[in-house]
Amino acid sequence: MKLAKSYFADQRKDDLKELGQGLQRSDVPGHVTGKTSYFADRHFPGMLYLKMVRSPHDHARIRKIDTSEAEKHPGVARVITHKDVPHNVYTILILIQVGPEDEQVLAEDKVRWKGEAVVAVLADSQRAAEEAAAKVKIDYEVLPAVLDIEEALKPGAPLVNEYHGQNYYMYDSGASRKVRFGDVEKGFAEADHILEQTYFSSPIEQAPTETTGCIVTPDGNDRFTCYTNTQAMFFTLDNTSIILQMPGHKLHMVGGTVGGGFGGKVDVTVEPIAILAAKLTGRPVSFIYSRHEEMQISSPRAAEKIVLKDGVMNDGRIVARQVWGYTDAGAYSRHSPYGAQKGAAHYPGPYTIPNVWVDTWCVYTNRTPSSAMRGFGVTIADFALEVQMDKLARLIGMDPLEFRFINAYRDGDMKAHRQETTGAALIECMQEASRLADWPVAEKYLQMSSYKGS
Amino acid sequence: MAKVPVQFTLNGEEKAEFVDSGATLLKVVRDKLGDTSPKSGCNQGTCGACSVLVDGELRLSCLTLAETCEGAHIVTTGGLAKDGVLHPLQRAFMDEFAAQCGFCTPGMIMAAKALLDRTPDPSRDEVVEALSGNICRCTGYEPIIRAVLTAARANSQNAA
Amino acid sequence: MAIRRGRGVAAINYPTGMNLGGDPSQALVHSTPTGNFMVTLSSVDLGQGLKQVMAQICAETIGVKTEQVIIDTADTDTGPHCMGTFASRGTHRIGNAVIQAAQEARQVMLEVAAEALEVNASDLDTDGEGNIHVKGAPQKSISIFDTALMAHFKLGRSISGRGMFLVPRSYPEVETGAMKPSTCYAHACTVADVDVDDETGEVTVVSVKNVFEIGRALNPKMVEQQLVGGSWMVISHALYETTEPYYPARDHGGSDFNEYLMPGPGDLAETEIVVLERPAADGPYGAKGPGEMCANPQIPALANAIFDAVGVRIDMMPITPERILRALKEQRSA
Repeated sequence: MKLAKSYFADQRKDDLKELGQGLQRSDVPGHVTGKTSYFADRHFPGMLYLKMVRSPHDHARIRKIDTSEAEKHPGVARVITHKDVPHNVYTILILIQVGPEDEQVLAEDKVRWKGEAVVAVLADSQRAAEEAAAKVKIDYEVLPAVLDIEEALKPGAPLVNEYHGQNYYMYDSGASRKVRFGDVEKGFAEADHILEQTYFSSPIEQAPTETTGCIVTPDGNDRFTCYTNTQAMFFTLDNTSIILQMPGHKLHMVGGTVGGGFGGKVDVTVEPIAILAAKLTGRPVSFIYSRHEEMQISSPRAAEKIVLKDGVMNDGRIVARQVWGYTDAGAYSRHSPYGAQKGAAHYPGPYTIPNVWVDTWCVYTNRTPSSAMRGFGVTIADFALEVQMDKLARLIGMDPLEFRFINAYRDGDMKAHRQETTGAALIECMQEASRLADWPVAEKYLQMSSYKGS
Repeated sequence: MAKVPVQFTLNGEEKAEFVDSGATLLKVVRDKLGDTSPKSGCNQGTCGACSVLVDGELRLSCLTLAETCEGAHIVTTGGLAKDGVLHPLQRAFMDEFAAQCGFCTPGMIMAAKALLDRTPDPSRDEVVEALSGNICRCTGYEPIIRAVLTAARANSQNAA
Repeated sequence: MAIRRGRGVAAINYPTGMNLGGDPSQALVHSTPTGNFMVTLSSVDLGQGLKQVMAQICAETIGVKTEQVIIDTADTDTGPHCMGTFASRGTHRIGNAVIQAAQEARQVMLEVAAEALEVNASDLDTDGEGNIHVKGAPQKSISIFDTALMAHFKLGRSISGRGMFLVPRSYPEVETGAMKPSTCYAHACTVADVDVDDETGEVTVVSVKNVFEIGRALNPKMVEQQLVGGSWMVISHALYETTEPYYPARDHGGSDFNEYLMPGPGDLAETEIVVLERPAADGPYGAKGPGEMCANPQIPALANAIFDAVGVRIDMMPITPERILRALKEQRSA
């Protein structure tokens, strides 16, 4: 890595003492000696292991749950169903007023995705828990499933989630988060060329080497200590408090070093049920996702469908951009209403376009709920936007890098979401890339600056 | 569950335990012997985080039954530093900034040690081959490869 | 049938912190009796080095060595609230909270030293080596060690500070979408070179040249860790990864590291990185979030390079050999 200090030197005082230094990480001696403590590096006498019984169907009504055989299995301490969960329907962003509550901790009357949690089995060994879990009998009536964004939005599609009442999240702005800037139809009318293209992505797993999990101990004073690898301690504590209807002061979350997160450990999926299990049994409880659960049950980066329509002039200026962005949330909201609207502000990209029209949708389907992952709401949008930029440049016979210089935003430019651009540095990044990769551009582009009025 | 007696050395110390028949070496080393340096990333032999040396051979402790290790000498990353002095691999992983979350690090170091013990001066390709059973999600591998090559150079300089 | 070389470019910007703000973080700082400093947080280190960068920020602000700062974090019984580690918010949000807490602690420290030296606190400065001295008169000084002892045992003062950072929440205007998603943006441009085998559809990433603008590289070695690892991860996204390879069909989803594909140590692209620094007005010492921004431009750069190599557009991620081959077949039959 090289620091290119010549750019923006006038805006920096390079006078820092402790910062700007590549000091050794204080945690690394622990990493290389195996002494760093992760949540699972604990073992308590009498610990119970939790195995989750999950839905084998994308969408089904639960007729009956029979746990009698599982309860009799040797080593089983307790079986937990929805009846044991004080506040069984929740949504994690309720803490910042993004509702409605739409997800079951343990499924009661319906399952809405293949892998949804239904029954928790606790036994004194992992093996006994897994054997007993296989003895839980659940009678399902399979229902038609919706697995596709376009199918989900068609009139008459099966309803995925009754708490929403339709197969998309309802924002205060309606079925989508909207950005309206300038007059996009006028822009298209003036454009020399119009290009409309559709982009897709599939779900992506965060795949940390350490799977999601927690270990809970009852402290003996009606408090519970939860050793967890959550990415957000109080988010987990406060949601657990709501789900278990347990005052927050009875909960103690202890993290440590986490074996990779990448967004996959922002959901609150293991702690509430493990703490409930510790409360009901009075024993320490370990609930750690298997590798299979991490890959297929924990929420991935959402699949997206993105339609981009651009109007471009022969001289290289983009004069109108219209975007329809669809995020496949899966069966429940989790962080997807947030991620989908993050895209709304992002879609024009780092370019100054006078006419912009964006609709982003958060769509429900009968698949694994998607949620946070490194850059969600932006990463797939950038794929679509920047492939589109390449196509537009070629459409008008222009060099793709020079085409970006022409449209690059600079300080003082008004963005589509009506914030004035400050601190822009796109032009300088492209100038350095041109030099680094020996990608020649005309001298006038190398003379440009992100500064206002330059 | 039937208990089976097993004796082996762990990082040079004699151990004698009654273990559940079918218990993995990983579980015994972590839960019974308290050495948590081998990590459980998949419990199915696909990530390498649990790697240890059994009689000098690289083994996935999550797929090794403890009862098959009777009389064996087991080495983990937890036992690599001697008298507070880091092993050259541990030093190199620090110097090259080859650890981020650190979860794969003990397994990576074991895989690298197995290589350097038999090939003290490996080529880059040999390092790549030796690490290819270990998953890292943070670093992009390049710093880890560099660390192993650095440690090999440090070893050969010490030997010279 | 041949191996065909192609080149592509992409440029992006990336918001720092939780979209639309409203995501607070707090920090507490106090000195021990001998002048070491404890930073108390509830933030989580996922491996990116949050603890180390917070120690450096605190040390810079108070005017001590980084090794004198201890980070106590990820415990809800001791640490004040933090919204969490996500959305490239750690360095920016928590860093600002640490600065505020450290400034308050520094002020008390200077007041105590001022009493010892019988001067005004505003006339004092730190030397970064563990001493406080009168500006312009370095010989008139007191060590931070002695200052802390005096505060604890003579003056009964707590050298401590509280920090809170909150970007006020922005509520999008319903009809126009007027909103403030972020206070500062990182930038990036990537040029990718690929070889595409037009017989098998296999892509070899020959090189990625990444330019990243991140405000300020507070610890350049840790920044490099993020940028190299992020660049690897997103090349993996572009060409390999998905839990549902035939989405929207649910078949063939990988459930372990044998089935879920990622580039291994033998599949690495030659990676070059250049970092630019345009300090953010509200960033801690100018820093923006580097963790997520670095894992974006490579995907479209690769897609564009593949088109440049073989003339087919794969508009669905991941860009697998199967998709390339199908597109080539269609191209040839057209």
